[in-house]
Amino acid sequence: MNDLADIGLGGLAISGILIAVALALSLTRRLGLEKDLIVAAVRALAQLLLVGFALRIVVDDDDPLIFTWIWVVLMVIVASFTVRRRAPEVPGVVPLALVSFTAAAIVSLGVLFGLGVFEPTGRAIVPLAGMMVGNSMTATVVVARRIVAEARDHRDLIEARLALGLSSQDAFAPHLREALRTGLVPQIETTKTVGLIALPGAMTGLILAGVEPVEAVRVQVAVMYLVLGSVATTTAVIALGLTNGLFTSDHRLQVAARPPSP
Amino acid sequence: MRQSLAVTEMGFELRGVRVDGVDRPRLVDVDLDLGARGITVLAGASGSGKSSLLRLLNRLDVVDAGTITWCGEPLADTDVLLHRREVGMVFQQPTVAPGSVLDNLRLAAMDLDEESAADLCRLVSLDPSFLTRSASELSGGERQRVCLARTVATGPAVILADEPTSSLDPEATEIIEDLALRLGSASSPMEIGWIWVSHDPGQVRRLADRVVVLSEGRVAATGTAEGLASDPSVEVRRAVGGER
Repeated sequence: MNDLADIGLGGLAISGILIAVALALSLTRRLGLEKDLIVAAVRALAQLLLVGFALRIVVDDDDPLIFTWIWVVLMVIVASFTVRRRAPEVPGVVPLALVSFTAAAIVSLGVLFGLGVFEPTGRAIVPLAGMMVGNSMTATVVVARRIVAEARDHRDLIEARLALGLSSQDAFAPHLREALRTGLVPQIETTKTVGLIALPGAMTGLILAGVEPVEAVRVQVAVMYLVLGSVATTTAVIALGLTNGLFTSDHRLQVAARPPSP
Repeated sequence: MRQSLAVTEMGFELRGVRVDGVDRPRLVDVDLDLGARGITVLAGASGSGKSSLLRLLNRLDVVDAGTITWCGEPLADTDVLLHRREVGMVFQQPTVAPGSVLDNLRLAAMDLDEESAADLCRLVSLDPSFLTRSASELSGGERQRVCLARTVATGPAVILADEPTSSLDPEATEIIEDLALRLGSASSPMEIGWIWVSHDPGQVRRLADRVVVLSEGRVAATGTAEGLASDPSVEVRRAVGGER
């Protein structure tokens, strides 16, 4: 390992000073956030230490890749349940999220590893899958919540379109477009401004680990494309699944998507 | 006592129709023949099942029991998208899509040319200059006329109208009623039949060739407004503005 990346226990303790700065702000301004700050700092340390130990097995080149893929599957499962927690009003979101993340993993990791962009090692698969799932999760929550809100808030217009003989896909198309844009636009904006406002995580990590900046940039750009592709895949799959669930096969808005009749 | 509504033109036939609701059924044991010509008004108090019945006829809802046929064919067997163009529906709230009036008309007929669109405007007493105006910026009455023009653009045999004037002022109401009478007249080249929901007894008397009075999800009476004005049931008399 490069010396730059090894901050040691002392370095870790010293970086804790920065938490003290946040604590000082909370105390002097009476924000009442001291307990939350300490819990957050300790939890982050504990969680990441545990993850770190687990990752030693998963990313070890001598261990079989099955551990790595088990890790990826677990990430997908945890992310799917996290989507449900963040979007409780969306019916049947867990299986849809599972399918979405799986589809995104197959497409994006398939391109990166199948076409030889990265070597299929635990050291590459785990962080790339993590970035894919993490970013897709946020967009999935946004799109899922927006689709349900669109169906709820615009039911009159959707039924007016259905009553004109439009299919359920056509009747909901403008709302689906809006929901997908809401999920994708932030990611596109982030991609556009990358490097201008903040240096992205993967690149920062590589540079700290002693990798040449231009080499780090190449990896980062591949990661950003991975994220964009994954976000597009997950949002498209979950949108399709949710939209199908809103309508019956004979083009009626499901009862759950309508208020009770007077 | 349930009566049978005699019709000469085949339209909808409902037999033993029931639609369940959250607390109580919305429609119970409805047997009814609704012709495809003239203006049939569904009257009755709020919550009597008028709108529920109308939604069934456009296939926006389905029955929990019983059968409905349209021109002799079970409704469930019809092509739903074609059926909705043959039996159009306008709603209580005039709901327009974002965009211009022309955009709204093209929702119903994608390849509608501007001349035909202008004709549709004139049909609903709107100046063709409205075509380029934003539909959402129109008054309630104007928007409802756009909704009607949009429905007429599908070439329907029957229009289901769910209290289309209840949120409009008297002037806008009169325009819409005149339009229904004109389009529904046997002398109109379109001769569109109407099944019109109303809880306004004055409107029932102005429009109805036939009246169906619903009460608590059941058919309470059928007949002409004049005939029902002296019905033994106070509820039926009230629905058509008859003697108290």
